[in-house]
Amino acid sequence: MNTTVLPEDGTREAAAPTAAPGPSRRGGRGGPRRAAAAVGGQVALYALLIVVALAVLLPFIWMTVSSVKADREVFTVPIQWIPRSFHWSNFTTIWTRIPFAAYLGNSFFLSVVITFLQVLTGSFAAYGFAKVRFRGRDLLFAAYIATIAVPWQAYMVPQYIIMQKLGLVNSYASLILLQAFGAFGVFLMRQFYLTIPDEISEAARLDGLSEYGIWARIILPLSKPALASLALLTFVNTWNDYMGPFIYLTDNRLWTVQLGLRSFIGEYDAESAMIMTGSVLSVVPVLVVFLLGQRYFVRGIATTGVKG
Amino acid sequence: MSPVSVFSSSSASPDSAPPDSAPPDASAAHRAAAKRRRRRANLVGWSFILPNFLGFAALTLIPVFGVFVLSFAHWDSYSSPRWAGLDNFRRLWNDANFWAALKNTFYYSAGHIPLTLAVSLGLAVLLNQKLRGVRLLRTAFFFPYITSLVAVAVVWNMLLSPEAGPVNQFLHFLGIAHPPGWTSSQNWAMPGLIIASVWRDMGYYMVLFLAGLQTIPAELYEAARVDGAGPWQRFWHVTLPGLRPTMFFVTVMLTVASFKVFDLVQVMTEGGPGRATLVLSQLIFRQGITQGRFGYSSAVSLALFAVCLVITMVQFRTQRRSER
Repeated sequence: MNTTVLPEDGTREAAAPTAAPGPSRRGGRGGPRRAAAAVGGQVALYALLIVVALAVLLPFIWMTVSSVKADREVFTVPIQWIPRSFHWSNFTTIWTRIPFAAYLGNSFFLSVVITFLQVLTGSFAAYGFAKVRFRGRDLLFAAYIATIAVPWQAYMVPQYIIMQKLGLVNSYASLILLQAFGAFGVFLMRQFYLTIPDEISEAARLDGLSEYGIWARIILPLSKPALASLALLTFVNTWNDYMGPFIYLTDNRLWTVQLGLRSFIGEYDAESAMIMTGSVLSVVPVLVVFLLGQRYFVRGIATTGVKG
Repeated sequence: MSPVSVFSSSSASPDSAPPDSAPPDASAAHRAAAKRRRRRANLVGWSFILPNFLGFAALTLIPVFGVFVLSFAHWDSYSSPRWAGLDNFRRLWNDANFWAALKNTFYYSAGHIPLTLAVSLGLAVLLNQKLRGVRLLRTAFFFPYITSLVAVAVVWNMLLSPEAGPVNQFLHFLGIAHPPGWTSSQNWAMPGLIIASVWRDMGYYMVLFLAGLQTIPAELYEAARVDGAGPWQRFWHVTLPGLRPTMFFVTVMLTVASFKVFDLVQVMTEGGPGRATLVLSQLIFRQGITQGRFGYSSAVSLALFAVCLVITMVQFRTQRRSER
């Protein structure tokens, strides 16, 4: 069971049919005609790609452009794709209009703590599932897998009751407990550990290392890419999570960026430009994290998704 | 290739435990030692799982079973639980909100699943080529998926704004005199929601399809080309059959994701206007958490769970039949 990893650049040549219409490449054995057709195909393909890319990115472009407009310039007929005047001050006033810095700090704290715990317990448990044989292991793992397929929304009420009984509603402890022990991290790390040959841990065992030593000194260093995938996916998921904070955090001082932004929208409905400013600011941290580690994202998704 | 294969793989890994079955001439002391070793292996194994398992059991396993038990109980935040028999389910049957939510959930899924499949597969095929700048585009198309949900919802609400929203201005430009009211209209709120959610999710499934496309041998395309197959024929006869396992996995994931839709609806329309976009997850949230009706909301949860289970089982069965 190998993890399928997307190549970082270019793909296998002609691994897929060209979707571009126009003269197909099989026509004509002769040199110039074939070359011309190929160039034509390439041009058509690029044109198509550019149109698709623009369509996909349009919401981002609109968001960014609107964030530096005046409120009444956001909805104009026709649309001003280049603002008549630039209101950079939106980006300075928002910090005083709502406690945006505090929201960012809260989101950051929650994301870091949850990511750390998820990676730690996930990789630890994954070692047990992948490399240690013990009674009940496969049954236990089946339980983990089965719950990944159960929609979380179907059991959120009992979870809430438990948190209420523990008196943890309206505290970070509830969110941390709920999200740090997910089955997803165990699953992802186990899939990776299965690709590490057993001979390596076998040799370490003969050298007298305990199982814990093997995990800490051999397996963890080998699994840095998978750890990075899990950490980044968890971080971004926690950062973007709306429902968890929405259900559990009622105190304004505990709010995350998502909740703060949502309440800002509710209160200052008409300030379209400022709302877009807040949206841009809520996306920037994720954008940075994503651009720094994008190959790990893709790898993590491909590992849990498709196994070759 | 399917989620099931994760089970078989665990038994395929070589047995790393010490030989347990003692030879026939083994002495009692040997057997005792083997037993001790086995117990030790069990303890070590469990000690690895335990930190995660404690949290997992308390906050996932117990709640999952809790839903089944609670759906047979009368229990509100102001009363203590007592046996209800089938009362909650009878009430469910007569609850107009439940049927509206069920219908809307199916409506959403019927739009979201095929559209997301088509768009993400199209993007994957388009980007699975040796072209300059393809890597940049993959990044760009994936980005909506990791954009914060509130930002996605608010931007799309503005894009779809009935009066001067860019989408309706474009439709005007195309000559449509009365473009839809989108999220302010009973009939168009759901299509608007589906458009936003397809845009958000397509990048994720595109990555899964791209990974699947890499597993199709290039020789197959060469052979098809030698046989004179054009791009469409190659797509139908090489790409699609080669993607079958990926397609199955993506469809299963996408289905569960569609039926449990919650956050985007909550932020974009809050179920409205009226109850035009009220979905099952929202009903569970309103009944169970906002109004504290633990018993009744568990019956709704069970309905959501049952819908997901039945559809997934049908998908698995269809898949098995088509493999034969």
